[in-house]
Amino acid sequence: MADHAFPATGRRGMAPGFWLGLGALALLTAISLCIGVATLAPGTDQGWMVLTISRIPRTLAAVLTGSALAVSGVVMQQVVRNRFVEPGSVGTTESAALGLLAVTLLAPAAPIWAKMAVAALAALAGTVLFARIIRKLPPREPLLVPLAGMMLAAILGALVTFIAWETDLMQLVAVWLMSGEFSGVIAGRYELLWIAGASAALAWFAADRFAILGLGAEAATTLGLDARAVLRLGLAVVALVAAMVVVSVGMVPFVGLVVPNIVSRLMGDNLRATLPVVALFGAVLVLACDIIGRLVIYPYEIPAGTVLGVVGAGVFLWLLWHRPGHG
Amino acid sequence: MTGITITGLAHAIGAAPILSDISLDLPAGRITALIGPNGAGKSTLLRLIARLEPLQKGRIIINGLDLVQTPSARLALEMAFLGQHMASGTRLRLRELVAFGRWPHCKGRPGPADQAAITQALADFDLAALEHRFLDELSGGQAQRGHLAMTFAQQTPWVLLDEPLNNLDIAHARGLMAHLARARDAGRSVVVVLHDLNHAAAWADHVVAMKAGRVIAAGSPAQVITGPALSALYETDVQVAHHAGRPLVLHHL
Repeated sequence: MADHAFPATGRRGMAPGFWLGLGALALLTAISLCIGVATLAPGTDQGWMVLTISRIPRTLAAVLTGSALAVSGVVMQQVVRNRFVEPGSVGTTESAALGLLAVTLLAPAAPIWAKMAVAALAALAGTVLFARIIRKLPPREPLLVPLAGMMLAAILGALVTFIAWETDLMQLVAVWLMSGEFSGVIAGRYELLWIAGASAALAWFAADRFAILGLGAEAATTLGLDARAVLRLGLAVVALVAAMVVVSVGMVPFVGLVVPNIVSRLMGDNLRATLPVVALFGAVLVLACDIIGRLVIYPYEIPAGTVLGVVGAGVFLWLLWHRPGHG
Repeated sequence: MTGITITGLAHAIGAAPILSDISLDLPAGRITALIGPNGAGKSTLLRLIARLEPLQKGRIIINGLDLVQTPSARLALEMAFLGQHMASGTRLRLRELVAFGRWPHCKGRPGPADQAAITQALADFDLAALEHRFLDELSGGQAQRGHLAMTFAQQTPWVLLDEPLNNLDIAHARGLMAHLARARDAGRSVVVVLHDLNHAAAWADHVVAMKAGRVIAAGSPAQVITGPALSALYETDVQVAHHAGRPLVLHHL
């Protein structure tokens, strides 16, 4: 009976959801490697090239994006103590886009790592701004938090559009930033996502701290944690993930909202146990949506972000409708 | 050196003084009740001791440790606090919640001693059968007891409780006070904000009466819980009878 006893007992046995997710991920990975316009002739150089340059990177990119975004969604929901927020809905992503746009205009010759750094810092600034805004909101009105986030995101998004319009970069913004898609992913153009993946892994090591902060700053202090330090760590993880994803594949909506809410329904909020499942489900969701996007109008594609917008919005509405027991 | 020593404490929110000139000794190995009318500053005093508010003026020493200079993680081994507003919205199982009370000891790597403490705390608060339930599947009183179990699982020499009887029915209220008495008998010290004067009169060893941010009286229940003293404290007519050797406060007639 002690299996649920403590966050650290995860080693003793993984939840069934974990194995289910792992199976689904293996299946989807195989499918993702096999579908595409180019045929994979086994044993030929060309087949091998398609696999290593295009299919494997694309699959990895979808997996890394999905797992990192889902984990960053959980982290954000814990540190701001609200289930209805994700990096894509509170301005983090738009801030990263704004930073990227700014550095593209002001220092177009800057090396790629410098652009990433600017995008990450902008994402952090936007997230901190969101955290400051919601501190003023009455705690009894939880829905004001996502509302304030959406307004901030809308303002920042409008700023991006305005600047892009004025500087004739609309196409860049529309294609590159606003719709997350993986068709442009080839070897050499997705590796930043490993940073997003590493940030998500870092979050797992601090899982107990985030879960304790989810109980409130008061409880965290009583247990001897520095609540502000945990908050800062959480915001840094969220900003880093969001920036790397926006820069590499564009905006991927709903993953950080839908996956954490489903896993919380099924398994609760003991993050040490749930974060691996969240990461798996996130990977499965994004990879599945990318595969759907590749198949529906084959041999053409629709962006995974668009598929996610439809699937994610539907699932989220369903989640809102079907509140569990005592709600 | 045990005990909590408070000297020259003052606290204000903006220009409004909440606590003024408080110097107070809270004895170790006792149940101390903080009583007084709404707005007396009881909760603020308790929160200051629990380092939940920055100390503006004055000094607090707990078991020889200066509150400001001692690392928070060290203080978490010395005292546990439970406030009036419990966590809501987080979906933990009851046992997982109580397990977090062991964080100061095991930092997420619980040993057999930690598991035993968790099991004991759940049993002490009559929750063993509910340990795998999610918090949002519990009643208010059950959740309250879950948070109390978490606080006691921390196994600190000092336990600070702000109105812990809220949400509890009479049986569990008495059960909690009896549990505090057992903890005291085992050598622990308790400071508890109580609105129910009869629970204070019946169970506390030491009573601190506060009003308008000042300590009005401190002493044994027989000294502090008297008709004239309470009538002045609450500015309403209160009579005190005696029952089973303890003061019995009659304020509801």
